[in-house]
Amino acid sequence: MPPDYSMPSMAVVRELIAQRKRNLRLLGVPVLGLCADLLIGAGCVAEVESSAVSLGEAGLAPRFSEAVEKGEIAMRDASCPAVHTALQAAEKGVPFMPLRGVLGSDLVKQRADWKVSQNPFSPTEDAILYVRAISPDVALFHARWADEAGNAWVGRRRELATIAHAARRTLVTYEEMKPGDMLEDEILAPGVISAAYLGALAPAKRGAWPLGVAGVYDIDDAHLAHYARAARTREGFRKYLEEFVCTPEKSFSPA
Amino acid sequence: MHSREELLASVIARLIGDAKHVAVGAASPIPATGVFLYKEKHPELRVSMLHKRKGNPFSEGSRELFDLAGQGRLDVFFLGGAQIDGEACINLVRAEGRRFPGSFGSAYMYQAVGRTILFREEHSPRVLVPKVEFVSARGDPAALLTGKALFSWQKARRRFRLESVHEPGDVRPHTGFTYDQEAEVALTPPPSAEELELLRGPVAQKISADYPDFAKRVWGIH
Repeated sequence: MPPDYSMPSMAVVRELIAQRKRNLRLLGVPVLGLCADLLIGAGCVAEVESSAVSLGEAGLAPRFSEAVEKGEIAMRDASCPAVHTALQAAEKGVPFMPLRGVLGSDLVKQRADWKVSQNPFSPTEDAILYVRAISPDVALFHARWADEAGNAWVGRRRELATIAHAARRTLVTYEEMKPGDMLEDEILAPGVISAAYLGALAPAKRGAWPLGVAGVYDIDDAHLAHYARAARTREGFRKYLEEFVCTPEKSFSPA
Repeated sequence: MHSREELLASVIARLIGDAKHVAVGAASPIPATGVFLYKEKHPELRVSMLHKRKGNPFSEGSRELFDLAGQGRLDVFFLGGAQIDGEACINLVRAEGRRFPGSFGSAYMYQAVGRTILFREEHSPRVLVPKVEFVSARGDPAALLTGKALFSWQKARRRFRLESVHEPGDVRPHTGFTYDQEAEVALTPPPSAEELELLRGPVAQKISADYPDFAKRVWGIH
């Protein structure tokens, strides 16, 4: 799943909570925010792999922090470029890829799927990090448009394309349906993810709310601040879920 | 008179050196202010604001920042930490039983970027520790700037050196790690009249677009 600034499918996140899904393993590409905090607080999550989980300007992710502090979920800390690199390896179908930097961080000690190795092309000593490819079971995100050919348009949010390429299945919600085939349009095509990678598409008007879709609606700062306050306690979080997630008639965003 | 934020921003502008490209991460209003102050005097500087509310400096998704930094196309970046230790390691993961968001891309950026400036406003033994509980990232910083002092980094000795304090007084009681210092420690030079004019004029206007609360608090801009 993508970070708060890159169109998580909040509509599906709310539905996962309403259906009481359990034991999900979340991968943040490369970080996570509200979607992860909601799923963790609702007890849907067994493990998180991410470079960070935060509510950005609204502060710490309270349900995530408490769950890790109490040992209720497993946390696998990552580094942003290592997540991107592992997914790029998967999209190329190679078992691993090298990445500069990161050496000397305690992250390396914790990750059995990262190895420090000698650069095979260097005649002198040159340690470099190898990260194992990651192929997520499911990629889940929201898109501005889908079209009749089954493509999705995400614009410059190209990490969403990388997730779709690397994942075994990709599920996309979208704001609006466009007639025709966006890949036939020279202006739109660079922001398109081809239907070849997409498993299922579903309409969800304002499906990223309370997060934003660039050029359509902005992140709802007031709502995020409200959530950050409410979720400081389990009781406040439960009330938030009742009000905004688990009541069928309220599980949609205000128009 | 100047505010503490204005002083810190003017120090950051001096620390940038002769950079061509600077990136500023999320929740960094003071580094952003320093960068825009520098840009007023050096308009050719490329500034990549990574979490702009509108727009974005990249078109290849969030990996593009890391890829261009890895190529050496980024000269200055800012990192902070829940803890920073005397070996210039930073910790963004956990401290005193509390969990923090995580390391983001710090382990990579610290080594990829030409000049990493460590910045943390809080200067206390809680933040500036002898040894971090978790090493998120390790590297050779250009400097460590706090709300009380400016340190340079002695790469060969792997030890900080106190360059200046923002107000007269000994910062040792507030600093959990040991460092080198001269018998007489300089005072951090305040922002010049010209710098203050720029800060309160064009820089404040630019900052208010991405940090409205900060601009309102420091300059009363609405």
